[in-house]
Amino acid sequence: MATVRFTQNIQRHVACPTRDVEGSTVRAVLDNYFRDNERARGYVLEETGAVRRHMVVFVDGDLIHDRDTLADAVKPDSVIDVIQALSGG
Amino acid sequence: MSDRCYVATRKGLFTVDRGATKWSISRAAFVGDNVTLAMCDPRNGYLYAALNHGHYGIKVHRSTDNAETWPEIATPTYPPLPEGYTLKPNPFSGKPLEWALKLIWSLVPGGADEPGVLWCGTMPGGLFKSENNGETWELNRALWDHPRREEWGPNGAEYPGIHSICIHPRDSKHITVGVSTGGVWITKDGGKSWDLTGKGMRAEYTPPEAAYEPIAQDVHCLVQCETNPDVFWVQHHNGIFRSTDAAGTWSEITDVKPSVFGFAVAVHPKAPDTAWFVPSMKDEKRCPIDGRVVVNRTRDGGKTFETLRRGLPQEHAYDLVYRHGLDVDETGDRLVFGSTTGSLWISEDAGDSWQTVSSNLPPIYAVRFAKS
Repeated sequence: MATVRFTQNIQRHVACPTRDVEGSTVRAVLDNYFRDNERARGYVLEETGAVRRHMVVFVDGDLIHDRDTLADAVKPDSVIDVIQALSGG
Repeated sequence: MSDRCYVATRKGLFTVDRGATKWSISRAAFVGDNVTLAMCDPRNGYLYAALNHGHYGIKVHRSTDNAETWPEIATPTYPPLPEGYTLKPNPFSGKPLEWALKLIWSLVPGGADEPGVLWCGTMPGGLFKSENNGETWELNRALWDHPRREEWGPNGAEYPGIHSICIHPRDSKHITVGVSTGGVWITKDGGKSWDLTGKGMRAEYTPPEAAYEPIAQDVHCLVQCETNPDVFWVQHHNGIFRSTDAAGTWSEITDVKPSVFGFAVAVHPKAPDTAWFVPSMKDEKRCPIDGRVVVNRTRDGGKTFETLRRGLPQEHAYDLVYRHGLDVDETGDRLVFGSTTGSLWISEDAGDSWQTVSSNLPPIYAVRFAKS
């Protein structure tokens, strides 16, 4: 299972603990994560499902390429980081 | 008479109370966060705050305990794009029109006979209704799907939006909304159907042939008189307009000193001929004329105006007052306004004189009296 980690910055709004989650794409992993934490979904993704303009998502240290449909591949031992972008501050 | 008001700012929401000798800030909430709007529901005392987090998007919070606690509630969200639907290009930018929430720009309670109903205007132009005090929201499809909605244009911001929602005090299904830029729209059936109105409004920023096109009108703020709801006032991008036939036709008020430009307008709840404006230097400058903050008041339907300045800074003041930055209480005696440079003033004599509550707040987006 992939490990999903969230920025400390988001925690004062909505608790997002690190969790191991199933999925072979960023979309699948995040959908599985947010299934148990629906409120967090709106903090990371637009209502269209795209990554919010001022959020960034890394898979194993690399920025994802597909911010709209989140189709980037995830390996079983991947680490996904969800972080605020400097641009939104 | 209201002894409390709420001030929504770039860095928090502040409660301002009337004390024995002066008004002062009694509480701060959401310190550090961008609070774009506040609303008090006089039907049940609930308070609402709209936030726009730079990273995490737009959120709505509600307080049912007089601003002690503010749990988050539902945010209006646009429904998924219909299958096969192609977004038309924005006629101004050429980019696809937006179909997702960009800003909550107006938030009002429904009528007295519709407990729990709220209306919310947004950028990029969706009007949302809640029937349960904001627990859930639904996009008003009749207005969103109206073919002329796609002609709405941007304003100072990138997207068109609904900033003013007026509920007829004796008919909750009769609703009038102001759009920037897109004129004035009316429903008389609770939102099932909408008509564009605005005959008589004039735009200076279009080719002259289109100057009187109702849909081209950049309404900055639209207000309706509580006891005479046929009377509306508009602060428009290039002027002041008044309607006495429920927003059907409009008369332009010209020759107003020091300026007809501004964003905010408030109408006396019981005296439809009395309204207040905060004039600024038009439109590419947007600051007080000669560095003097003033309020303009008419008491005769716009025939004449008094320029009120007692207690307001009269040199090197560059305060701009946004469209939700002015409010009047239910008596018409108390007014409050706040500026982009964090100054907050309150009057207890209908604007004749003003006391400074603070000169050090964050940029102020909205002020609202607590009403009951």
